[in-house]
Amino acid sequence: MIEIEGLTKRYGEKVAVKNLTFTVRPGLVTGFLGPNGAGKSTTMRMILGLDRPTGGDVRIDGAPYDRLRDPLKHIGALLDAKAVHGGRSARNHLLCLAQSNGIPASRVHEVLDTVGLTAVARKKAKNFSLGMGQRLGIAGALLGDPRILMFDEPVNGLDPEGIHWIRTLMQNLAAEGRTVFVSSHLMSEMAVTAEHLVVIGQGRLLADTSMADFIRRNSRSYVRMRTPQHEHLLDLLHTEGITPVAADDGALEVDDARPEHLGELAARHGIVLHELSPKQASLEEAFMRLTAESVEYHAHARPAQPPPRPPEPARQWGADWKKGS
Amino acid sequence: MSTPQPPATQQPAQPAPQPAPQWQAAPGPSYTSPIPVVRTHLGHALASEWTKIRSVRSTMWTLGVFLLLVVGIGFLAALQTDDTDYSGVPYTIPAFFGLILGQICLITLGVLVIASEYGTGMIRTTFTASPQRHRVLAAKMLIFFAVAYAVSVFAIGVVGLFVASLHATPTSTPWVGTIFMGALYVSLLGVLALAVGSMLRHSAGAITAMLGVVLVPAILPAFMMISESLRPVAEKVLEYNAINSLAAIFDAGEEGGGGAQLGVLVAVTAAAIAGAFLLLDRRDV
Repeated sequence: MIEIEGLTKRYGEKVAVKNLTFTVRPGLVTGFLGPNGAGKSTTMRMILGLDRPTGGDVRIDGAPYDRLRDPLKHIGALLDAKAVHGGRSARNHLLCLAQSNGIPASRVHEVLDTVGLTAVARKKAKNFSLGMGQRLGIAGALLGDPRILMFDEPVNGLDPEGIHWIRTLMQNLAAEGRTVFVSSHLMSEMAVTAEHLVVIGQGRLLADTSMADFIRRNSRSYVRMRTPQHEHLLDLLHTEGITPVAADDGALEVDDARPEHLGELAARHGIVLHELSPKQASLEEAFMRLTAESVEYHAHARPAQPPPRPPEPARQWGADWKKGS
Repeated sequence: MSTPQPPATQQPAQPAPQPAPQWQAAPGPSYTSPIPVVRTHLGHALASEWTKIRSVRSTMWTLGVFLLLVVGIGFLAALQTDDTDYSGVPYTIPAFFGLILGQICLITLGVLVIASEYGTGMIRTTFTASPQRHRVLAAKMLIFFAVAYAVSVFAIGVVGLFVASLHATPTSTPWVGTIFMGALYVSLLGVLALAVGSMLRHSAGAITAMLGVVLVPAILPAFMMISESLRPVAEKVLEYNAINSLAAIFDAGEEGGGGAQLGVLVAVTAAAIAGAFLLLDRRDV
């Protein structure tokens, strides 16, 4: 479990992360979502004790990171696949990491096997392709068989096969009861891997919600209707107790309706339809709306805070909004 | 799983862990690894740093060139000498000429041991694995010092033995001590370079700074001598610069054989190490 409380990081005047509070729970993949420059990597570096927070706390399994005597057995992280001395072979790279944490050398061969790098174990890391480098980084993260795994944009620049491999790996790790925390700037990527979602923008927490909840709330499905008998159709819908939304081009949009129902209704009253189509707003759109107009979202989303969450983070969240923008 | 199972039927063959529905399901202590928990200590860090230093090409290159310079130049110089040359000086003096150049190899290696990690980004991986940064730096210094000391004792010793085999005069100046003193001096210079590398975090910058430390005190006194008031300072700088310090060590016999010079280097190195440790904790990686 990763617990983050009031985490803040300032670089001079610039605030990279502001008063961030959330918890990453075991047994599921938690997506850490935000546009580029939102403070995801900074937050992850602070979790690992690489950057010193200006304020606030991070606890890994209840302890600050620098109190962990064998951190690789608690948390395995892949922040940057290039954070490797290129002149060292994959095997020696992993060996020196294992030794520093008292991990048996046999684990090196096991993780090399897991990520499929056994054949190139003696090759220098600088000759590795992007995908191989990513696999080496993941091997390092798995070395201590840790309970928590953290990946920063793991699928960036990978081919479809590599992407599929990482997705499956993360889901399997979570299914074993581990905590998996993965960042991305792509909503579509998160939609297929994560079950829980933490969204930040400009260093602030925008949402901390389950994926299902986020989809339910943000992926609006509606039926689009176009007709030359505009007024007639409006009256009809009103009498049926349906409130349509007028689109920019004069079409009418009815939320959460079935096109069959609306089509039959129009036919019964002899209304000509030029268009009758079911539509779905994309999650990517929802995410962009959320990060671009965070204030609007806050006011909208607060009451929908899921019940099992203790009230404290929710309060923090609201407070943040009032003080901030 | 100790969850009381309804009296239904037998468990399915494999547990088929259902992805926990949201966070309510987060079970207490989740995954438990079969790898035993170890309280890591300096020994683990030393093992790790030993693997690191022996698994990169730059170690082989710098130490190889060092051996080549000290032993090669030493042998060549030794062949130009005859028995009478060693009446007042130790047999190891031919090694001195090689060490003047060779010390730069140890400086380079000392810098690379730490600065290459900053250059490649490896340092983030290192500090993620060992958040006890002091321990990492201490292990790096100890391992580097041990390697540099062993290699330089070997190199100077080989030259001394070679000279001794060529010019066996029964009344010779004591020379075995100069092997260890000389090796200590150049190894400490390497540790100083490591500390500077840790503070500057940049290979080229730190190597340049260290070349300045070695060369400027050797060149500057010539200019300082022009000024009458600076003359006493210039004489001290001349006496304690790295090249003359080595000369003092190998010109043993007169005035303690470079003990004072070694003391100055120990003090400077200690100050640099203190600075490196102080900065290490404060800065982000």
